[in-house]
Amino acid sequence: MSTALGRIIEVNGPIVTVFLPQVTIGEQVRVGELALVGEVIGRDGGRAVVQVYESTESLAPGQSAVPLGHPLAAELGPGLLGNIFDGLQRPLTEIREQSGDRIARGLTVASLDRKRLWHFEPAPDLSAGSTVAGGTVIGAVSETETIMHRILVPPDVNGELVNLAPAGDYSVEQVIAQVRSRDGAVHPLRLYHRWPVRKARPYGRRDQAGVPLITGQRVLDTFFPLLKGGRAAVPGAFGAGKTMVQQQIARWSNAGIMIYLGCGERGNELVEILETFPQLTDPYTGRLLMERTLLVANTSNMPVVAREASIYMGVTLAEYYRDQGYDVVMVADSISRWAEALREVAGRLEQMPVEEGHPAYLASRLSAFYERAGRVQTLAGGYGSVSLIGAVSPPGGDFSEPVTSHTKEIVQAFWALSKELADARHYPAIDWTESYSGYVDAAAVWWAKNVDPRWSAHRTEALGLLLQSDELARIVNLVGPEALSPAQRWVLEAAALLKEGLLQQSALDDVDSFCSPERQFALLDLLLDLYHQGRDLLGKGVPVQRLLQLPVLGRARRAKSAYSNGQMDGLKAFAAEMRDAFQPLSLEYAGSREGSA
Amino acid sequence: MRGKEYRLGSALRGGLLFVRGVPGVALGDRVVVRDHAGHTRNGQVIRTSEEVVLVQVLEGTDGLDLERTWTRFLEQPFEIALSNELMGRIFNGVGQPRDDRPPLVSSIRRNVNGSPMNPAARTRPREFIQTGISTIDGLYSLVRGQKLPIFSGPGLPHNRLAAQIVRQSRIIAERARFAVVFAAMGVSYADAHFFQEDFERDGVLGNVVMYINLADDPPIERLILPRTALTAAEYLAYDLGMHVMVILTDITNYAEALREVAMARGDVPARKGYPGYLYSDLAEIFERAGRIRSRSGSITMVPVLSMPSDDITHPIPDLTGYITEGQIVLSRELHNQGIYPPVDLLPSLSRVMKDGIGAGETREDHPRVANQIYASYARAIEVRNLASIIGTEDLSETDRRYLEFARSIETQFVTQGENEDRSIIDTLTLAWQLLSLLPPGELGRVREADLAKYHRQKQVAEAP
Repeated sequence: MSTALGRIIEVNGPIVTVFLPQVTIGEQVRVGELALVGEVIGRDGGRAVVQVYESTESLAPGQSAVPLGHPLAAELGPGLLGNIFDGLQRPLTEIREQSGDRIARGLTVASLDRKRLWHFEPAPDLSAGSTVAGGTVIGAVSETETIMHRILVPPDVNGELVNLAPAGDYSVEQVIAQVRSRDGAVHPLRLYHRWPVRKARPYGRRDQAGVPLITGQRVLDTFFPLLKGGRAAVPGAFGAGKTMVQQQIARWSNAGIMIYLGCGERGNELVEILETFPQLTDPYTGRLLMERTLLVANTSNMPVVAREASIYMGVTLAEYYRDQGYDVVMVADSISRWAEALREVAGRLEQMPVEEGHPAYLASRLSAFYERAGRVQTLAGGYGSVSLIGAVSPPGGDFSEPVTSHTKEIVQAFWALSKELADARHYPAIDWTESYSGYVDAAAVWWAKNVDPRWSAHRTEALGLLLQSDELARIVNLVGPEALSPAQRWVLEAAALLKEGLLQQSALDDVDSFCSPERQFALLDLLLDLYHQGRDLLGKGVPVQRLLQLPVLGRARRAKSAYSNGQMDGLKAFAAEMRDAFQPLSLEYAGSREGSA
Repeated sequence: MRGKEYRLGSALRGGLLFVRGVPGVALGDRVVVRDHAGHTRNGQVIRTSEEVVLVQVLEGTDGLDLERTWTRFLEQPFEIALSNELMGRIFNGVGQPRDDRPPLVSSIRRNVNGSPMNPAARTRPREFIQTGISTIDGLYSLVRGQKLPIFSGPGLPHNRLAAQIVRQSRIIAERARFAVVFAAMGVSYADAHFFQEDFERDGVLGNVVMYINLADDPPIERLILPRTALTAAEYLAYDLGMHVMVILTDITNYAEALREVAMARGDVPARKGYPGYLYSDLAEIFERAGRIRSRSGSITMVPVLSMPSDDITHPIPDLTGYITEGQIVLSRELHNQGIYPPVDLLPSLSRVMKDGIGAGETREDHPRVANQIYASYARAIEVRNLASIIGTEDLSETDRRYLEFARSIETQFVTQGENEDRSIIDTLTLAWQLLSLLPPGELGRVREADLAKYHRQKQVAEAP
């Protein structure tokens, strides 16, 4: 009998109190006859409080508790991409083969396929005797057609390379290298290593250089940009289109690796991703999108403690690809459900609630999580980034609730979804008054250099028109449109054009679902030009009614769907044509105005 | 321990019985509690430790004392017997007959808590269910495997609407393979009777299983009732391959029972006294709807929920809306105007309809028509609000047509008889008839080809 064998004292929902001296906080423990796994979150004398990842039904006091000696860790190696894992990194398709349509308890399933062979190419510049350190790339395998998976020395290992396997096919379990550390210990290296999920993976240093993450969504890229390595939140009431925004980002972002984390959300939403993503083509490589995507799913009906762990699992996987030099984006839907899992555990522990039942440490846990985003120089010297985009589901759509308000203090890009816009079927329903981005200046440098130097000025002018029009709309609602001056009527029209022709973007429209930066700017330029032309004509005495009747307005509205990313010439030709459409009016009124002046 | 009775109750509080000194009792186990008169009640272990075991007494603790109450721990989880003889029967929340017929006997027994469906085993809801109700079929289509709640308010005709959905749903066309599971939590006798009569009149009673807990039955039983009902639904859908429609009414009563027990247990309240785990708890119920890739049956769920004070931001509708795939919202304003079913078009939504409609499913123009009706109606409501301030005289010709459109939508499209079963084609025809009140230039969400085919240009020449 093991000396470390303990016993269950109490079972209260997912919280199990065990008698088990000498366990460490964070250590994993197996409890009960089904050998359910949990982790120690508290100690009190000889007792340990364990939060169990699976349903604790049928556990009874007196049953065994066995410490496992290590914390919850991720297996990091080839075979992650294209897969769907639960919050504990168990592959769900493998679980299905073992336990059928429902997830049985107490299953042990390896995260990475042990049988599959990978073709390993050792790094050419390394050989026995080379000095290696944590993060050194000792070779690579081609994980998918598009993604080269670099095999890294685990962050906590360094020393002298004793040997390095030649090119060939290996399973993840086979030793491909040995490293002798300074103390003489020899560490066998495999294609994978483990890393505790609650601990951020080390890097060389933070890097401030910023390049915008292109999502192909105009309202995001043009108005509220996110940088690679940045932090963003998407708060919205139910029905505001949160999931759609997240899925669009997952589909179209120019990230090297995309991680989609379904945290406490609907099962059918993940199914939609599982069923549609494998058919989608990556707009950047022309290959399948799933080749650079991995899913972590802990749906709302799966146990809450695993839900709490799932965001750490997700971000650890993200950091691992970052350390290989990739720009990784993790979309987490939703952070509120994670916070609820935290609250549920806190409640069971009878911790004093502070706001709406949330524990006092909500804010610090939340900021510690988001802090794992960033662009870094990796241990190997390359550059990589983790961008975190978290959905927030505020109760009743109230942004002053604790999770939203704490998130607001942490993130730099805040994409506020508005119920009113969604109700008006303005999608994506991102509210231009409530949203903000702290990355605009950094993004402006990139846009000026790569797309057009007028980007920043255009953006400011367009936002100004939108805000001005909101003011005017309030007047109209009180006294009707007749009270406005012609110039004001034209502002309203210009804002309406911007909303329909630029901000609204249908995910279901094949032409417009993804909008290249060039086309984003061309559309913005076109609509502002239209506004300027009209404003000039108003100055010449043209009645606003004449302008509002121009058929070209309708075409400008639909230009986003009429010209694809590949038809920029057509779009430019249309812009010229539009200018011509104003000519007759300009000529007609040129004389009269000058005469009276 | 099994079969052994203990008289070790140490406290009774709010439906909970605290038993001291019984070692090794497992969480979730079934308990039989016998009172001084020899009557038994069902209980379930909801917390257990070496010192004290907490038993939730499903029939409530009224009339129990500590001195003469005996407790027996059955050392088995809460299971119900299942067979195809379920059909046509009426049970209470723990699966005991309420219809004076003998209990169901079967070798198939399942734990009412089920176990979570593997997301990788699911398949998307996608087959259109014709309910014969224009607002639902046309704008917020229900598809097989979806969970689409009715958000209602006290006194609104949600039960009549739910009954009409059950009655007219085309699943019924496939007689052999359809079933209705009706789960009533805390409803009035009149409401329960209304459904029963309706099923009977329709001759579908043989395809219905009813689980009933009335308003004067113990509230704690409401916590287990939907789980019992869904265990039966899962058996019918995945073992017998049936398409099952589950009506759960009323979710608000369920959530209130949950709050009551949470308070008695001393759980930390989150919003409005509801426990922090209300979301997860509701998700455990709602997520049992769906389809499984390798099985032929399906579970479509229509929960009925009355919003306290008609407030959609109240925690119950709010958390429900985050879990379900849309919602049908009923409007008191429309109801007061005598409109049935009073479906409020703007806040209603069906998230998964895009997979169930369009060419091959309903009709090619359906998605765009739904979008257009919605957009035009939203615009019409804006015009109506404006008109209520500045009067109709100052409105443009187009705006006046919008007013007419809004009224027609409400009186012709939304309004229909309780027994009026419209085909989806009839619904779309009606939709186009009403859209034709607006000039084609106003209809930006449909295609030119749609306009050419369906728009009835009863020409008032457009303003020059």
